[in-house]
Amino acid sequence: QVTVSGKVTDANAGIALPGVSVQIKGTLRGAQTDAEGQYTIQNVTPESILVFSFLGKVSQEITVGANKVINVKLADAARDLSEAVVIGYGTAKKKDLTGSITSISSKDFQPGSIQTPEQLIIGKVAGVSITSNSGQPGVGSTIRIRGGSSLNASNDPLIVIDGVPLSGGTISGAPNPLSLINPNDIESFTVLKDASATAIYGSRASNGVILITTKKGKSGRPTINFNSNVSLSKIARRVQTLSAAEIRQYVDSLGTPAQKALLGTANTDWQDEIYRDAITNDNNLSITGAVKNMPYRVSVGYLNQQGILITDKLQRASGSINLSPRFFDDHLKVNVNLKTAATRAHYANQGAIINAVQFDPTQPVRDSSSPFGGYFEWATTDPATGVVTINPNAPRNPVGLIRMQDNNGKSDRTFGNIEFDYKFHFLPGLRLNVNLGMDATKGWGTTYVPANAGQAVATKGQNNQYLQRMFNRVGEAYLNYVKDIKSIKSNINVTAGYGYYDNKTKIYNFPSYSANKDTIAGSVPKFPYDIPQNTLISYYGRLIYTLNDKYILAASLRTDGSSRFSKNNRWGVFPSAALTWRANRENIFKDAKTLSDLKLRLSYGVTGNQDGIANYSYLPIYSLSSNASLYQIGDQFVTMSAPAAYDANIKWEETATYNAGIDFGFLNDRLRGSVDVYFKKTKNLLNTVPIPVGSNFSNQILTNVGNIENKGIELSLGATPVRTGKMTWDVGFNLTYNDNKITNLTAVTDPSFIGNLTGGITGGTGQTIQIHSVGYNTFSYFVYKQVYDKNGKPIEGVYEDLNKDGVINQKDMYRYKSPFAKVMMGFNTQFSYDKWTISTVLRANLGNYMYNNVASNFAVRRNILNPQNIIANSTKDVFESNFYNNQYQSDYYVQNASFLRMDNLNLSYNAGRIWRDKVNLRVNATCQNVFVVTKYKGLDPEVNGGIDYNLYPRSRTYVLGVNLDF
Amino acid sequence: CTKDLDRMPTNSITSEVTYKDVAGYKSVLAKVYGSYATPGNDGINQSDLAGLDPGQGDFLRLFWNAQELSTEEAHCVWNDPGIPDFHNLNWTSSNVLLAGLYNRSLYQITVANELIRESSDAKVAGRGISGKDAEDIKKYRVEARFLRAFQYWVLLDLFGNPPFVTENDPIGKYIPPQIKRADLFAYIEKELKEIEPEMIGARQNEYGRADKAAVDALLARLYLNAEVYLGAGKGRYADAVTYAKAAIDGGYTLHPTYKNLFLGDNNLNNPEVILSINYDGTKTQNNGGTTFLINAAINADMNPASFGVPNGGWGGNRATKNLPDLFTNVADKRAMFYGDDAEITNVADFKQGKKITKFRNVTTAGAVIPSPRGDGSSVDFPLFRLAEMYLIYAEGVKRGGTTGTEAQALVYLNNLRQRAYGNTSGNISSYDLQYVLDERGRELYWEGFRRTDLIRYDKFTSSTYLWPWKGGVKDGRGVEAYRKIYPIPSTDLTANPSLKQNDGY
Repeated sequence: QVTVSGKVTDANAGIALPGVSVQIKGTLRGAQTDAEGQYTIQNVTPESILVFSFLGKVSQEITVGANKVINVKLADAARDLSEAVVIGYGTAKKKDLTGSITSISSKDFQPGSIQTPEQLIIGKVAGVSITSNSGQPGVGSTIRIRGGSSLNASNDPLIVIDGVPLSGGTISGAPNPLSLINPNDIESFTVLKDASATAIYGSRASNGVILITTKKGKSGRPTINFNSNVSLSKIARRVQTLSAAEIRQYVDSLGTPAQKALLGTANTDWQDEIYRDAITNDNNLSITGAVKNMPYRVSVGYLNQQGILITDKLQRASGSINLSPRFFDDHLKVNVNLKTAATRAHYANQGAIINAVQFDPTQPVRDSSSPFGGYFEWATTDPATGVVTINPNAPRNPVGLIRMQDNNGKSDRTFGNIEFDYKFHFLPGLRLNVNLGMDATKGWGTTYVPANAGQAVATKGQNNQYLQRMFNRVGEAYLNYVKDIKSIKSNINVTAGYGYYDNKTKIYNFPSYSANKDTIAGSVPKFPYDIPQNTLISYYGRLIYTLNDKYILAASLRTDGSSRFSKNNRWGVFPSAALTWRANRENIFKDAKTLSDLKLRLSYGVTGNQDGIANYSYLPIYSLSSNASLYQIGDQFVTMSAPAAYDANIKWEETATYNAGIDFGFLNDRLRGSVDVYFKKTKNLLNTVPIPVGSNFSNQILTNVGNIENKGIELSLGATPVRTGKMTWDVGFNLTYNDNKITNLTAVTDPSFIGNLTGGITGGTGQTIQIHSVGYNTFSYFVYKQVYDKNGKPIEGVYEDLNKDGVINQKDMYRYKSPFAKVMMGFNTQFSYDKWTISTVLRANLGNYMYNNVASNFAVRRNILNPQNIIANSTKDVFESNFYNNQYQSDYYVQNASFLRMDNLNLSYNAGRIWRDKVNLRVNATCQNVFVVTKYKGLDPEVNGGIDYNLYPRSRTYVLGVNLDF
Repeated sequence: CTKDLDRMPTNSITSEVTYKDVAGYKSVLAKVYGSYATPGNDGINQSDLAGLDPGQGDFLRLFWNAQELSTEEAHCVWNDPGIPDFHNLNWTSSNVLLAGLYNRSLYQITVANELIRESSDAKVAGRGISGKDAEDIKKYRVEARFLRAFQYWVLLDLFGNPPFVTENDPIGKYIPPQIKRADLFAYIEKELKEIEPEMIGARQNEYGRADKAAVDALLARLYLNAEVYLGAGKGRYADAVTYAKAAIDGGYTLHPTYKNLFLGDNNLNNPEVILSINYDGTKTQNNGGTTFLINAAINADMNPASFGVPNGGWGGNRATKNLPDLFTNVADKRAMFYGDDAEITNVADFKQGKKITKFRNVTTAGAVIPSPRGDGSSVDFPLFRLAEMYLIYAEGVKRGGTTGTEAQALVYLNNLRQRAYGNTSGNISSYDLQYVLDERGRELYWEGFRRTDLIRYDKFTSSTYLWPWKGGVKDGRGVEAYRKIYPIPSTDLTANPSLKQNDGY
C-alpha cells in the first residue's frame, strides 16, 4: 500500500482546482484538493481506481498502478453529455433527456449582489422571463415560463427545492417567500418546460417547473469558503417631473390669482428627498467535509441590505445544514437538508414614491408651524379658532409619509427534508425513495404611525400588528427500477410513486388601533383567526424505454386529487409521451467529425393548474359580515349572514402542450444549441365570467370556461470561439418568441361579448385599462384611438369613430397591444485570460407595451392647478399633451416599452494562493443594471402587468466582492 | 388518507347551521335588508358583486346616479367610466354603473329568494322551530317578499324588461327568463297586495324593517307611474290615491323641521319616514350611501367638519341652475345651497354650479357624528316618507283619480308649504300638474325621484324641457325617446341568452 499525491488543474485555464473530490472507487475513502489543487491519499493499493470529480467538470477515473504522483487535468463538463441533470423524481443524463429542459449550474449564475434565488438565472434560459417586482430589498420576481397559461388562476411555475414543492403564497412580514432561501446555498436550477418534462408534476405543472438543488456535503478534508461583498446602490432613473421653477412658471402663466397664492418659496426635489445611496453587505461562510463516512455541508449567511428609499432595510440571517451519509454498503443513501432563515425588515412607506412625483416642489419639507410632526402638509387654518384641518384629498408630504411610519416586519422560516434512497439488496436495479419535507414559517410585524402624522389624522395614528403562521408538509415515496436488457439492446427505467401535500396557514386577525392603542371602531374582527388549508394527494408513474441507445420513448401519468374540488371533480389525470432520436448515433453521421451531437425530440402531454383557486369555492356556504358591515334593525346592529356564490362543478385547468426540439453540437460542442417549437392549449380555463344575474349570489363566477393558446419558438446557442491555454471566450445567446391568444371565453358563443375587463388603474374609481377578448392577446389594452393634430400633438378628448356610427362611445374602444414581449433575448459572454475574467449579461424584450399611468394620472393641467385647492406636480408629459383633463382611456398613454438592458458587467481576478499558500483569493467587481435603452417615457420599461404606477425604482448597483477558499 | 381532501373552511358555515334558529334567520334577514345598504359583507373594500369598485357598488349610490345625474337636479364633475354618460344622456349597454345597479337589484332579489325559500312553513317546522319564533320568521318572509317587490319595481322603472327569478328557481346552472314590463307590473302588484295584510302594522315594526305602510307606499308609487309602465290611457290614478291615503293614514306626521330629516340622528324622533336605508359611519361603513351623498357634494373649501365629515369632501356633485331656479321664494327653507355661481360653463370645474347641503352627518344639536376615517355618514336615507305620499295623492287626484279630493290634496300640499316656510305665507289655494312637479323638485330633490318624475311628465328626453348640459351640450338638447328606459347591460345579455335588448339600444 502506498501514498498517492498529485495536483489537479483546470484543463483549459491551467490553474489549480481546489475542492476537487478524489475518491477511491467503491469506498467512501478519499480526499479533497487544497487551495493549490494538491491532494494526498494514504493507504492506496495499486488496483485502486481514483475518481476525480468536480462540479462542472468531466469526472476522471485513473487506476493507481505503480504511480505515486497522479496529476490530473479536468475538462469543463458543459460539453459533457453524460452529465446528470435533475428531473422530476430522479436524474437523467443530458444525452438521454426527452423533454425540453434547461439546467443552469452555479458557475453560470448571474454574479454580483443577489439576494433572492430566482435572480441568479435572469436572462439565462430561453422561454423563461423573470422580472423583479420592483427595486425594494429582497422583493420577489414574477417568473413566467413560456407565457402564462391562465387568466385568473396562477401563472407562477412550481418551484421544487431538493424534491420538496413550495406551496406558493406569500408570507406577511417577508418581502417574498423565496427571499428566505440564501442564493449562496444553491447548486443548480433546472427548468422543465415541455409537458414531457413537467407532466410528472401533474396538476401543478401547467406553468412549468423549476427544480432547485442545493449544495451538498463532499467527502474529504474540510474546505472552508468565505465570500463577502459590499455594494452601493444608486437610483438609476427617476420620474421626470417639473422643477420648482417650471411649476412657478406654469402656475404664473395659467393659474388664477388664488392658485398663484398657493405657491411656496422653496425649491424641493422630492425625489432627492426620499431616495438615497444604499449600502448592502452580504457575507457567507460554508464548511464542507466529512465526519467519518458522513459528508456534510454547513453554511451561514448574513445579509444587511438598505433600500434606496430612505429607512428601507432588510436583514437576513440564514443557516443551512446538509448531511448525506450512506449505509449498508451504499445501498441506503440518506440526505438531510435543513435550512433556516430569519429576516428583520424595516419597510419604508412606499406611498411616498408616488407622492414625491405629485407633491408641489415649491413647498418645503419642513414647516416649523405644522402640527403634523413639523412636516409641511396641505391644510387649512380656521382664522377664528386657529384649528388646522388637513386637506384629505391632497397628496401627503413624502418625507413625512416615510419618517412618520414605522413598519417592522419579521419572518422566521425553517425548511427541510429528509430523503432515504434504498437500493434493494436482492434486486439492485430496484430503488425505493422516500422524501419527507416540511416548511414552517412565521411572519409578523407592527406598523406604527404617530397620532399627529398627516397620513393618519382621521384615526389618530396607527398601531397595528399582523401575524401569520404557515405549515406545509410533503410526503413522497417512489419505486424506481432500471434494467438493461442487452439481448434486445434495450434499457427500461420505470418509476411509480405516491405523494401527499398539505398546505396550512393560520392567519391571525387583529383590530386596527390608533397610535395610543385605542381600538378603531368597527375594526374588531369577528374571528380571532382563519386557517385556510388545502391538500393534494397524488399517484404517478413513468416509463423510459431506450432502444439501442438511439431511440428513447418516455411516458408518464399522474393523477392528482385536490381538496379544492368537489368529490365529482376531485381527481385529474395528466398523461405525457415523448420520443427522442439520437440521430448522431446513426451510421450516416458516423464519419461526420464535426457533428458531436444531434438529437430530435417530440413530446405531448397534459398538465393541470389549480393554484390561485380559492380553497372552498365549490361549497355552498354562508359567511358572517364583519363589524364594519352590520345592519341596523331596531336599535341593534345585526351581523349579516350572506350566502356565497359558488360553482359546485369547479375543476382543473388543463393545458395540452406539443413540443418539437432539436439539440445539436459541432466541433466537439464548441458550438452547441437547441431549438424548440411549442404549442400550448389551455382548456377549462378558470375564467371569471358573467353569469345570468339572478342565478347565483353574484354576477360573476370563477368557472371552467374558455381556452387560451400559447405558441412559441425557443433558441439557445452557446459557443466557445476561443479556447487556448490561457484564454477562453464563451458566448451564450437565447431567443424566445411567444404569442398567446384567447380563443374562447364564454360558455355560450357570443360574438357581441367584448370580453372581461381587467387591469385596474389609478385615477377615478374602478377604472380598468385592459381586457381579455377572444381573438386577442391576454391583457390587451382596451382604449380609444387618439386623434393627433398636424403637428403630431394629441387633441384632447378627440378619438376616432372606429365603428363609424357618428358617435364616440364605448363601442369605439379597441384592443391595442399587450404588456407581453413577443420576443425576448438574452446574451451573455465571458472572456478569461489567465487570472482575469470579464463577463456580461444583456437582455432585450421586443414588442411589449406599457400603460403610463403616472403620466395619465398627473400630466394634465387640472392636476397641477388642482381643484382640491392645491398645486400638484406632474410629469413633463404635460408639455407634450397639453391636456386639460385626464384622458385615462386614450391609447396615447400606451407606450412602446421594448428595451435592451445590461443586467450585469463583472470583472474578476483570481489571485491564486496567498497567506503562505493556504488560501485561494478571488476578487470581483460588478455593476448591476448598467444601462437600459428604451423609448418608453416612464420610469422603467419593466413593470409586471404592464401598468406603470408607484414603482419602487430599480437601482444601479456597484458591487465589490472577495471569495476565499481555505 | 383521501379523507384529508374533505377540507372545510374555519369561519364559514353551511346553510343548515345558519338556519338552525330564529337568530340565524334574522341574520339572513339583515342581509336581505343590508343588501341595499352596504357594498358587501366586509367593510368598504369588499363587494358582493364583481365588475365595479366596491366604493361605487352599493345600491343607493348607483340608484341615485341613475335617477339624479341624468336630470337637472345633479351634475357630476368626475369623468370616471360611466358617469359623464348620465348628463350626456348617451349611455350604452356597456355602462358599468348601470350594470352595477341592475346587478345590485337582482342580487337583493336573489338573497330575498334564498330567505323565502328557506323560510317556508315546511322548512321551518322541519328544523324544529315553532311558536313565536316561527311567527317571527313568517314576518321575515313577507318582508323579504316586500324587498324583492321593491327591487323589481326599481328594475321595472329603470330597465323595463329584466330577467325574472323567484324562490322557485334553483341556484346554479339556471337561465332566468325575461319578463315584459307589463307582466312585471302585474307581478309586483299581485305580490304587494298579497303580502299587505300579512305585514306588521304601520309604525309597529322594528326600526329599519318594512311595515304595512311601506307596502302601501310602494303600491302608490307603482300606480302613479302605471301609465309609463303600461302605456297611455292605462293609468291607475285612483289606486295611487287610495294607497297613498292608506299610507298617510298609517299615523305618520311631517317632521316639524325639514332639515332634520337628513341629519345623522334622523333615526330618532322621526314621525315622517316610512322606511329608510340605515347607515352608520362605524358599524355600517360605506363609500356609497349617504356617505357618498354628503362627501361628493362638498369639497375641502366648504368646511367638511360642518357636514360631520372632517376628513371628507370629494368634490363631485352639484346642481344645474334649474334646481335653484325652482325656489322662487327666498322664504322656502328647503333651499339648501352653497355658492354663488349657478352657471356651469366648464363641466370639470367643481367651483361652478350650486352645491347641495341637504345631507349632513351631524346631530340635530350640531355635533359631528364620529367615524373611523372621519368621512363616514350615519344619516339614514328615507326611501319612503310621508311628503311623497302627500304629493302622490295630489298628483293622482289632479290626473283624474276619483278616490280623493282636491280639497284634501290642498291640505296636504299646504302642510308641506307651512313646514317649508315656517308659516302660512306660502300657502296655495289651487294647483296644477306643473305645480306638483315643481313642488316635488323642491321637496324631494336629491332623494332619487327626479328621472321617474320627468318621464311621467314627458320632460326627460324631449326638447320641451332643457337644462344645462342635457344631452352633452351647454344649453341642453332633447334626446331619443327610447332613453326613458335604460339598456339591459351587455354583460347579462352575454350571460343570459334568453334576454332581448330594450328597443333602441
